[in-house]
Amino acid sequence: MVLNLVPLLPEIFLAICAMGFLIVGVNFGNESTKVVSWFCALAAFVTIIIVLNIPADGTLSLNGLFKLDLYASILKIIILIGVIASIALSVRYLIQQGISRFEYPVLILLSAVGMMVMVSSNNFLSLYIGLELQSLALYVLAAFNRNSLRSSEAGIKYFILGALSSGLLLFGISLVYGFTGSIDFAVLETTLLGSEMASVGVTFGLVFILAGLAFKVSAVPFHMWTPDVYQGAPASVTAFFAMVPKVAAMGLLMRLLLEPFVAISDQWLQIIYFISVASMIVGAFAALAQNNIKRLLAYSSIGNMGYALMGVATGTEAGVSSVILYLLIYMIMTAGVFAVVLHMRRDNNLLEEISDLSGLSRHSPALAYAMAILMFSMAGIPPFAGFFGKFAVFSAAVDAEFYTLAVIGVLTSVISAYYYLRIIKVMFFDEPEDAFDSAFPFARKAILTLSVLFVICFVIKPGLILETTQAAASSLFSG
Amino acid sequence: MTEFSLLSVMTFLPVAGALIILLIRGDEHEVARNSKFMALYTSLFTLAFAVYMVLQFQPVDPGFQFVEHSSWLKGFGINYHMGVDGISVLFILLAAFLTPICIVSAWDSIQTRVKEFMVAFLVLESFMIGTFCALDTILFYAFFEGVLIPMFLIIGIWGGARRVYASYKFFLYTLLGSVLMLVAMLTLYAQAGSTDIPTLMANPVDPALQKWLWIAFFASFAVKMPMWPVHTWLPDAHVEAPTAGSVILAGVLLKMGGYGFLRFSLPMFPDATAFFTDFVFWLSVIAIIYTSLVALVQSDMKKLIAYSSVAHMGYVTLGIFTATVEGVEGAIFQMLSHGLISGALFLCVGVVYDRLHTREIERYGGIVKNMPKYATVFMIFMLGSVGLPGTSGFVGEFLVLLAAFKVNTLIGFLAASGLVLGAAYMLVLYRKVIFGPTEHSDAASMPDLNRREFWLLTPLVALVIYFGVFPSAITSITGPSVEKLVQTYEGHLEATASHNEAQPKEDARQDESEDSH
Repeated sequence: MVLNLVPLLPEIFLAICAMGFLIVGVNFGNESTKVVSWFCALAAFVTIIIVLNIPADGTLSLNGLFKLDLYASILKIIILIGVIASIALSVRYLIQQGISRFEYPVLILLSAVGMMVMVSSNNFLSLYIGLELQSLALYVLAAFNRNSLRSSEAGIKYFILGALSSGLLLFGISLVYGFTGSIDFAVLETTLLGSEMASVGVTFGLVFILAGLAFKVSAVPFHMWTPDVYQGAPASVTAFFAMVPKVAAMGLLMRLLLEPFVAISDQWLQIIYFISVASMIVGAFAALAQNNIKRLLAYSSIGNMGYALMGVATGTEAGVSSVILYLLIYMIMTAGVFAVVLHMRRDNNLLEEISDLSGLSRHSPALAYAMAILMFSMAGIPPFAGFFGKFAVFSAAVDAEFYTLAVIGVLTSVISAYYYLRIIKVMFFDEPEDAFDSAFPFARKAILTLSVLFVICFVIKPGLILETTQAAASSLFSG
Repeated sequence: MTEFSLLSVMTFLPVAGALIILLIRGDEHEVARNSKFMALYTSLFTLAFAVYMVLQFQPVDPGFQFVEHSSWLKGFGINYHMGVDGISVLFILLAAFLTPICIVSAWDSIQTRVKEFMVAFLVLESFMIGTFCALDTILFYAFFEGVLIPMFLIIGIWGGARRVYASYKFFLYTLLGSVLMLVAMLTLYAQAGSTDIPTLMANPVDPALQKWLWIAFFASFAVKMPMWPVHTWLPDAHVEAPTAGSVILAGVLLKMGGYGFLRFSLPMFPDATAFFTDFVFWLSVIAIIYTSLVALVQSDMKKLIAYSSVAHMGYVTLGIFTATVEGVEGAIFQMLSHGLISGALFLCVGVVYDRLHTREIERYGGIVKNMPKYATVFMIFMLGSVGLPGTSGFVGEFLVLLAAFKVNTLIGFLAASGLVLGAAYMLVLYRKVIFGPTEHSDAASMPDLNRREFWLLTPLVALVIYFGVFPSAITSITGPSVEKLVQTYEGHLEATASHNEAQPKEDARQDESEDSH
């Protein structure tokens, strides 16, 4: 075996950068946070360039632990875009909150390395290492505002439940290993395809693995942590949680289901089907009663994962492509929404209630219209990008003849339209409250503008993105 | 596409105008003034394009004209496909014609956030025109749904006291209907492998599947029309919307439902349409009679006209589902005429509302003395709504009833009785508002139509009478396309029937051959 490290270059580069910036931070203290943050964003950007420039042809490295195909490459680019956006959103926010510490961007980079390993893993070992690297960084981030009781509580809650889910995952992996004798995806695939019927042990293992991963994507019934962690964690961390880790977990889930476990698709289909339906329903109904915007967005993300899981359930190439498209569009919309949420402060106090947005259209119309466009897009109203994400997922579901799933999906999307409209109603129809603090940092404005422009302009030239996601999906199926 | 793409220009011109309005800066008063003029000019330009299109339109050709085709959703095989035929061409003209009128009508009555109002209206115009031009189901859906956004804001921001409730109800009702249609469109796409409307029209899917798809499309269009019993959003939306919003809602948005039946239900699901005909007939008749009765007891002018709209739309669905040339032509005629008349009636209500700020019928009375011009104009539209010969309202209802009597005498009889009720509530409204004793001094001192209002209503009066006297101006354009529609519809039905006849025989033959072995 030749040690081929070229496919690993992006991860190696990013890890070295993270460690280097850690040293810089230790030397220069918390004053260097801003500089470190921007250099971390730059490092992520350079990593995108590296990912684009190394051939993604399904090469295996590290004795088959690591696989770089187009599918992984594209997910990595999406993850890195999300990382850049979340760092850009966080810089000023951390200063405003008085928690500007240099570990923050470094932790984000480390979790990004973990996520990149996750989507490229070709073996349960690398899968677990990537997942844990990611999770540990996220636990610390959730508790990042250590002077706040709520933030610490969020961190602890996330850690305990996260550790439990990792335990379930490991237990599942050990069952699969025990009954098939391998933890390599390729070997598992051939073993399972070769046997007439999957043994009960493998099925049990699969159930535990899926439970662990459902926790990571916050799918019902493993969603309980989401609203509390979203609410308790600092808003910029919430933004990161909402945008990026789900892409990685969903990417991992799809690879797992369609490569090693493709032979027992009739077993996992029922599970994915159920968690998809349950997530859509819980996401739609529970969000109706929320008054805190972060909690609302938490339930909204649960619902959105339900839609993405609908695409996973189809198990077809169109389904995988639709999920990637959905996650990308969802991530970009979420970035814009959180740019607005982070801006919600009055007299230097952070606001989180939906009613605080009252009459936003009077004192800052541009912001209100941007938010309204994002909300219409989240609700899946054409001609905004959000519609095309839903369209792709529903189309894949109908194509695979999951009519019930599609009908449940559209009905819950009408219910969820209600709470997205509620935000618009508060901003436009209600009497104005005092204006927000006027300082609108450039980076936040840029993220919001880019996000809204993407949402509006997607309809004009959707071709390139659609072709990319389809190419990614077909690379997952071809090998 | 080397040619001048007229439809795209017409569709996106209002959006371009809206973008320019967004760039207007300066003090509030100036901005309001400039955006009003910009919106007016943009909509007049669009109207000019629409008139040019109708003049260039070849009525003898029943196919699609001004066709544009370019790739859009790559990988899905979904194209940007636009085109018009005799059925859609006049709806585009209607939308382009009513928008400048709405903008002028809002000139003084909209005082707050004028710029945003104008932007919303121009975006709305784009989506309306796009809906009637689209020749791809997904493109159609995008426009059809997009309409909800500006309309939601128009009702919610500039509406009356219960505007929040009304805007939610409008949005969620319509969305609920539409998403089911989206699933049906995706099913069609999965089954037929295409989202191209002309392709789908030529190749109807399996009759058993048709019924499900028909129901899903029906859910969307019936809400939009609106048909009884899913009409309840309409009175709320109308009452709370600002005048311009009511005009465009009654004038164009409701027509999207009828247009949808003609573009999708009849040609794509002929067998299902035939199956559900009686069901639609009865819903239509209930709509005509029941909502007319409801209209009779209304004390709010806008609500009365809103209910009358539901009744008039009952004739439209009735006409469409007779699936005869007269019926469909009558339905289209009725939709266009109702677009003019109900739009004008809402403008008339707006005129007195601007003066007295109430829509209560009781608050008016005897205003013929101080507002003679207004009384005359209102009378013409009232009679048009009743369906008096010589106005455009007559032709559509007459053709529909003619077709209804041919197809089903009982339905025809019941629908015709609705005419009497229609005359009753409109005449009662007119008597109470215009004639009768002068009871309120403020109503008696209202000034007559000012110049702006007069010139706003004159073109509508002219068209209502013109189309009443020369109905062929409309039927000559719609005729060939409608004939083709009805022919293909009947052709499909015959094909299915002969297929069904052939099927048992073949089965029997097979049985025989098996027996002989």
